[in-house]
Amino acid sequence: MEFAQEFINQHAILVVSLIKIAVLLFIVMTALAYLTWFERKVIARIQSRWGPYYVGAHGLLQPLADGLKFLFKEDFTPPMVDRLLYILAPFLALSLALTAIALIPFGPPTGPYSHLFGQPIFIIANSSIGLLVLFAITSLGVYGVALAGWSSNSKYALMGGLRSSAQMISYEVSLTISVVGVLLLAGTLNFNGIIESQAGYYLHFIPRWHVIPQVVGFMCYLTAAVAETNRIPFDLPEAETELVSGFHTEYSSFKFAMFFMAEYANMITVSSLATILFFGGWLSPFPDTWTWQNYLPGVGLVLLGVYLAFDTVANMHGIARLQLAVVTMLCLVGGAACLIPPVAAAIQGPFWFTTKVLLFLFFYVWMRGTLPRFRYDQLMAFGWKLLLPVSLANLVITAFVIILPLLMGHQ
Amino acid sequence: MSLPLILFFVLAVMAVAGAVVLILAREPIHSALALVMVMVSLAILYLLLGAEFIAAVQIIVYAGAVMVLFVFVIMLLNAGTEDRTHISKIATWVGLPLGFFLLLEVAHIFWHGRMSAAMGSGAGAPFEPASTHDLSMALFQQYLFPFEATSILILIALLGALVLAKKDE
Repeated sequence: MEFAQEFINQHAILVVSLIKIAVLLFIVMTALAYLTWFERKVIARIQSRWGPYYVGAHGLLQPLADGLKFLFKEDFTPPMVDRLLYILAPFLALSLALTAIALIPFGPPTGPYSHLFGQPIFIIANSSIGLLVLFAITSLGVYGVALAGWSSNSKYALMGGLRSSAQMISYEVSLTISVVGVLLLAGTLNFNGIIESQAGYYLHFIPRWHVIPQVVGFMCYLTAAVAETNRIPFDLPEAETELVSGFHTEYSSFKFAMFFMAEYANMITVSSLATILFFGGWLSPFPDTWTWQNYLPGVGLVLLGVYLAFDTVANMHGIARLQLAVVTMLCLVGGAACLIPPVAAAIQGPFWFTTKVLLFLFFYVWMRGTLPRFRYDQLMAFGWKLLLPVSLANLVITAFVIILPLLMGHQ
Repeated sequence: MSLPLILFFVLAVMAVAGAVVLILAREPIHSALALVMVMVSLAILYLLLGAEFIAAVQIIVYAGAVMVLFVFVIMLLNAGTEDRTHISKIATWVGLPLGFFLLLEVAHIFWHGRMSAAMGSGAGAPFEPASTHDLSMALFQQYLFPFEATSILILIALLGALVLAKKDE
């Protein structure tokens, strides 16, 4: 026991990092699976359908069934592919997408229960240039797509890979330039620093988030981010009416699932980045003096539990009733736990962060249910002729507004 | 051996192996990917030296932009497998002796422990990695003129390429 204590003290950073990575991977993988369920449910609602319904109550076990299906399907490798790159591509796509999440802070670096053995628990890698490292990792993500398209030895896949590389290069420029305005305001590349620079309130109740001075930059970021993640209306790489399904046409079984997971992981990354840069990350939208906000997560969960209990009794039959009863119990117990004051204070940061990211993810799905796809030449013209000049102008104006008081002061 | 030293050797081997594969591979796309591997290994080596900013920029610019364009062009032109040719005469009579001489030179410097002298007086001073702030201060105040001159040079090269590539009408 004493030995274990000593080992932990000496290698705290290693031990805690491994624990954090394991927990985060579990959470992110589950979130990815249920993101597909969320997307199908919301799209179904938009299109007046039910969506997944039969596997588990409200289709809640559908992601599990899909995962098992991917695992047990035949993993077919077409003949004449470049075998090394064909196998490397999905691994590259998924591992890079998951690595990027290591840099995201989910909660404040200080405060109650924010440390384990002296190490912060809400971020895996707190780099002083977090934003640059994140861009470095995501800029490599294009290789997964490009190599998949090239190595498949198929015309559809090659076209998809080509389109995707061109699109990702084009929009990455606007994406990077659109966030520089925020960097100028924050004066740091560290994520926690950027979030802390957004603390405080206009008129005592409007949060000082960067989205207010940087609304143009935010619009540019959002557009470029959707294009970067190859989602509708920018999903040209996998336009199914023209290219079957683009770069992953030839992939089956779990390799296909890896591309799928990488796409959703990228969605989570860019949504988190939008939250951090423009919407105050783990900061609460309400002033600190409003102490009732500590009970919001608990009350929300309990209300959800009550609704689900009603749903269970009124609408569910047979085994579905049992399944939903379990979910209801989880909601009620979790909600009750969140109402305990120390717990309520500790989960504030992660609660607000997750809520904001969920809103962005909903926005993604909403767009998919609403907008048609761009034509390819429209996509390129939009990226280079509209988005890039606007984000450049935003950068120049922001820099000018920041430097102006300094210039006036000197003369 | 300490962890940084082990990492250094792993990355050094990766970088050299990537460089060798870059030359020997017959598929152009394999060569391009080997070059990416070299770039990424170098970036992590920079990270080991405490140069975070340079490491990130190395990956963003070289691996994330320049090499993506290479791969893109190779895919676009659908470049085929290259043929092996016999080693050229210049390479045999000039290249090999020069390479050997260069290796000898490096070995000589290592042998006499001149590395610390060649790196200036920083060997004895406590190691303190420069922050991004220090770097930008140096770049935009002390070396502002060379920096801007280089930018304009690159811009001229860009315009030149554009003029050359433009179709005659």
